[in-house]
Order: sequence, then C-alpha cells, then structure tokens
Amino acid sequence: MTTTTQAAMDAAELMSFEDAIETFEPVLGFEVHVELNTASKMFSSAPNAFGDEPNTNVNEVDLGMPGTLPVVNGKAVESAIRLGLALNCTIAQRCRFARKQYFYPDTPKNWQTSQYDEPIAFDGFVDVELDDGEIFRVEIERAHMEEDAGKLTHAGTSGRIHGADYSLVDYNRAGVPLIEIVSKPVTGAGSRAPEIARAYVSTIRDIVKGLGISDARMERGNVRCDANVSLMRPGAGVFGTRSETKNVNSIRAVEHAVTYEIRRHAGILSAGGSIVQETRHWKEDTRTTSSGRVKSDADDYRYFPEPDLVPIVTTPQWVESLRAELPEPPAKRRRRLREAWGYAEAEFRDVIAAGLLDQIEETVAHGASPAVARKWWMGEISRLANARDVEPAVLGVEPATIVELNDLIQAGTINDKIARQVLELHLDGAGAPAQIVQDRGLEVVSDDGALAAAVEKAMAENPDVVEKVKGGKFKAIGALIGPVMKETRGQADAGKVKEIVLQKLNMNSS
Amino acid sequence: MSEISRADVEHLATLAHIAMTDAELEKMTSELAVIVDSVKRVQEAAGADVPATSHPLPLTNVFRDDVVGHAFTAEEALANAPEAEDSRFKVPAILNEDDDAVTANTPQEGGAR
Repeated sequence: MTTTTQAAMDAAELMSFEDAIETFEPVLGFEVHVELNTASKMFSSAPNAFGDEPNTNVNEVDLGMPGTLPVVNGKAVESAIRLGLALNCTIAQRCRFARKQYFYPDTPKNWQTSQYDEPIAFDGFVDVELDDGEIFRVEIERAHMEEDAGKLTHAGTSGRIHGADYSLVDYNRAGVPLIEIVSKPVTGAGSRAPEIARAYVSTIRDIVKGLGISDARMERGNVRCDANVSLMRPGAGVFGTRSETKNVNSIRAVEHAVTYEIRRHAGILSAGGSIVQETRHWKEDTRTTSSGRVKSDADDYRYFPEPDLVPIVTTPQWVESLRAELPEPPAKRRRRLREAWGYAEAEFRDVIAAGLLDQIEETVAHGASPAVARKWWMGEISRLANARDVEPAVLGVEPATIVELNDLIQAGTINDKIARQVLELHLDGAGAPAQIVQDRGLEVVSDDGALAAAVEKAMAENPDVVEKVKGGKFKAIGALIGPVMKETRGQADAGKVKEIVLQKLNMNSS
Repeated sequence: MSEISRADVEHLATLAHIAMTDAELEKMTSELAVIVDSVKRVQEAAGADVPATSHPLPLTNVFRDDVVGHAFTAEEALANAPEAEDSRFKVPAILNEDDDAVTANTPQEGGAR
C-alpha cells in the first residue's frame, strides 16, 4: 500500500473532534526526552556539542569499541536529581544503569545504556497552567538517565525511507546525556486534551530551561516528545489500545498530533474497528500521523544491569543541598513578574512568546520601568531583530544599554526617534549610546534660537496650518513638527516645538 | 532440567538478528540448556543471606568531572568502518523497524528510544 493511499484511508476515517470527545474519554501519556547541556557526554569525555562536522565529537567509548569502559558524568547525575526535584519526584537512594538491547545502526554498542527497574527519580507531578489560567496536574511516573543515539540519514535515489539504498550514520549525538521523563496516564482531560498536551511539553521545556540543564531548543531536538493517545468509553474503567506518536518536536505539533490521534481513534472505534498498538510518525506538512512500527518481538529489550558501571547512591545531604539551590519554578516566577509589572494578560503572553522574559526582567533590574522595558524589547529591538533575522534575545542588546537610552530620552538629550537611530548605530558597533550622541551631535536642538528659527520658517511656509491653529485647532500643530524636524535633522523636541508655536501666536494650549 | 526450549532459542535468534538453520537451532537449544543448568548451580551456592548484586565491587558513585577530553577526527573515527561516505559510516538500510531515522530529503530530529 502506498503512503498516499494510507493517508487517504486514515483521513476518510477521521471523526470530528467534538463528536470524538462526546463519545470517548481520551487518555494521554507522554515520554519526553531532554538532552542535557553538559560540556561532555554521559559516559565519555567527548564533547557534547550540536552542529559540528559529522563524527568529530566521538571517541572510543561513543563508538562502542571493544575493551572500552564508560565513566558516569557527575554533572549529568546532578542535573537528573535537580530535574527530579523540580518535577516533585522522590529521588532514589540507590539506583543503577541497565542495558537496553536492540540492534540498530544508531547505537554502536548494540545496547543503549539506560535505567530500567531503578530510575533515579520517580512518583512526581507537574502542575500545568492552561490558557485560561486553570491548573491541571500531570503525574510523573519516573525520570531516568540514559544516553542519546547517533543520527541516521537514509540515502538513495528516491530520497524516501522505503526507497533508501543505504544509511549514513553520524555518532556525534551518540552518548549525549538524556533524561527521559515518563508521565502516568493522564485522564480527565476531555476536550482540553490537546491543550493539556501542549501546555505539558511547554512546561517541561520551561522547567529544564529554568534549571539551566538543557538548551531546551526543540528545533534542535533538545526536548523531544512521544505522545501516547488512547480512547475509552465513559465509565469503561479500562484504557483502550494506545498509539505512540514519536518525535513530535514542537509545542504546536504536540497539540495537533494529539488532536489528530483522538479523531483517528474515534473514527476507527466508532466504525467497529480496533486500534493497532503501534508507533506513529508525525507529519508536519499534512498535520497527520502515519503508521510506523507495530509493537512486536523487537520490543523485548532484554534489559539487564550494566556490569561496567557501579550503582549511584544519593545521600539526603546531597539531595537537600541541590533542592535548596533550585530556582523558582517557571510558572510561579511568571505569575510574580506579571503582577509586579502590571502587564495586561495579552501583553504578557506576547512577551513569553517572544522569549523576552529574562531580558525584560534584567532591564527592569537595571532601573527601567516595566513599561519602558517592554516598549523597547517588544518594539524597536524586536523590529531590528526581525530585520536581521535573529531572535531578539540574541540580537546583542544589553539591558544597561536600554536604561542608558531611556535616561537620555528622560533628560531631554535625545528624542524617541533619535534614540532608535542610536540603538541601531550601537548594534553596528558605534559604541555606547551617550558616546554616539556626543560623537555625532545628535542632541536635541535645545538652542532656543535655532529651534525658534526653524519653527518660524515652518510657520512661514505653512500659513494655512497657522490659521487653523489660530482658529483653536491645536492638533494642527502636528503638521508643523515634520518640517521643523527636517530642518533640525530630527533633533527637535516635539513638545518644545508646540510650545514655541503657541508662544509666537500668543496662545495658551490649556 | 533446563527451561530452555527450542522456541526460546528461535526468539533469541530473531532478537539478535541471527539466521539459524533447523540443525543449528537443535544444537543451540541443547548447548544453552547445559550452560543455563551450570549457571544455576551458583544460585544453589548463594544462601538467602547473600543479596543479589549486579556488580562484584563494593563501590558506588564513581563519577567523572564534566570536562571535555579527547575526541577523534572524523578520519580516525572512520578508520575501521567497512564503508564511509561524507564523513559518515555507511551501513545497509534497515527500514522496516525504523521509527527514528530520517531521510535525506526530510531531515528531522530522531533520537534514542
């Protein structure tokens, strides 16, 4: 059967989401893999780095060469404990590694070193905040340490998996420390299941980013989600057969994949069919899933304790000292900042979406008002970043620079427009804002004589505007500001111009 | 009496990706049975007061500092590869089991299971 036929068949069987939720209760489950941002790998001292030339971040341990022995990265263990604590888990007093054995070229040893019956963290929960502020609790089954696998590229004439002639393997990722977080089955989600799925993954991402243990860039695979979906009739009490959609690698895609699987399952079950327990592939372009591998013999991983590694023992002192240093949970921090800054809900959401929470917090800490910090980051800095095709957070603007610019505006040295020019010059390496203003003589024309002359000229050239102002239409003054700005190369203060116009007309604005 | 059946050996052979003839399966079933029975004698030697262990050394928490050490060049890494292409190991396509790999045309992040 071709993929197209399969997709068409799947599509034909979809039930509307509303009907699906009315007929069935969805049950979700998540396995989230988090790549740690340690300097070196989980069991070897080769670099843990993204984007380097293939097979240059590997040594004999990563390549599974005979006679080599792994040694555990202590920092990775510490990161796992910290994550376990942030997920409200119990930390195992004693745990060990196990071999998960499967034959596939992405794993050179023919097993993945993982944890099986003794995960380092278990029985936790994470409170997930939904769009309307409601909190939904997702229970955590376990979080365990393991290593990532190499990266395969299928090559061949057709460029499709099923037409591939051979595969190419890059082991740079092999051995990168991973923590796999396994949720307990999530029930009671109802129609909010897709939203809960999205919020859950987003929360996990925020937590690991907040802990500083992962770069948490989903587009790079630092955080990857497998989403399990099954449906049961209300009151059935027994879970249905589940599908596992693998490697859903964006927050948005998690929501879409869960929605799609609920509709697909509902369509099949309503038509009297049954769900095949299988992995599914998420296809971003069509927002559908397609059939992957059916669960089978190959899932017998023959786990056994890793004889090359000794057990890990966590003392209460160690765990408690790590707990004491945990950062404020992201959700709590966001609530605190929103209240402190007084932003509207939509404003705050935009700040989060733009990834500028840290920057604004730092700018406020440097003395800017929350409104000023937001104005700069969400306005001119975002605009410049967009024009330069980078994220605003990495454009290179320091919070102190914003404060300096704002001080220059407050002191009347420059106006908003000049400040924006100064920022751009600063980004292009022209120096600190005050220096740029001085070097280029960008101060607002405060010499009343020069400004008055410019105003007079503008008034003389625009008698009709002057008549309107005389007639009481103060807003018409705006039409004079443009010419004055032009005359003073943008360095006039608009308020001052207005004042001078009224003075000359012996009028008072009040 | 051993618990190893011919079906067990067939199952293990499948998992290990080893093709075995009928004669080999017969032979391996009896050989594995002897090995398992021999190892079982160890269980008889260990009393109830001996806890199960995965490791003979009385050590825990053997950690390494998170410091980058040596890595191979791509040339060194590939020195033993039967085949290579574009600084990568070239391997036969194994397709029916794949749920992580990517095609050259639709790159995406795969990863550990």
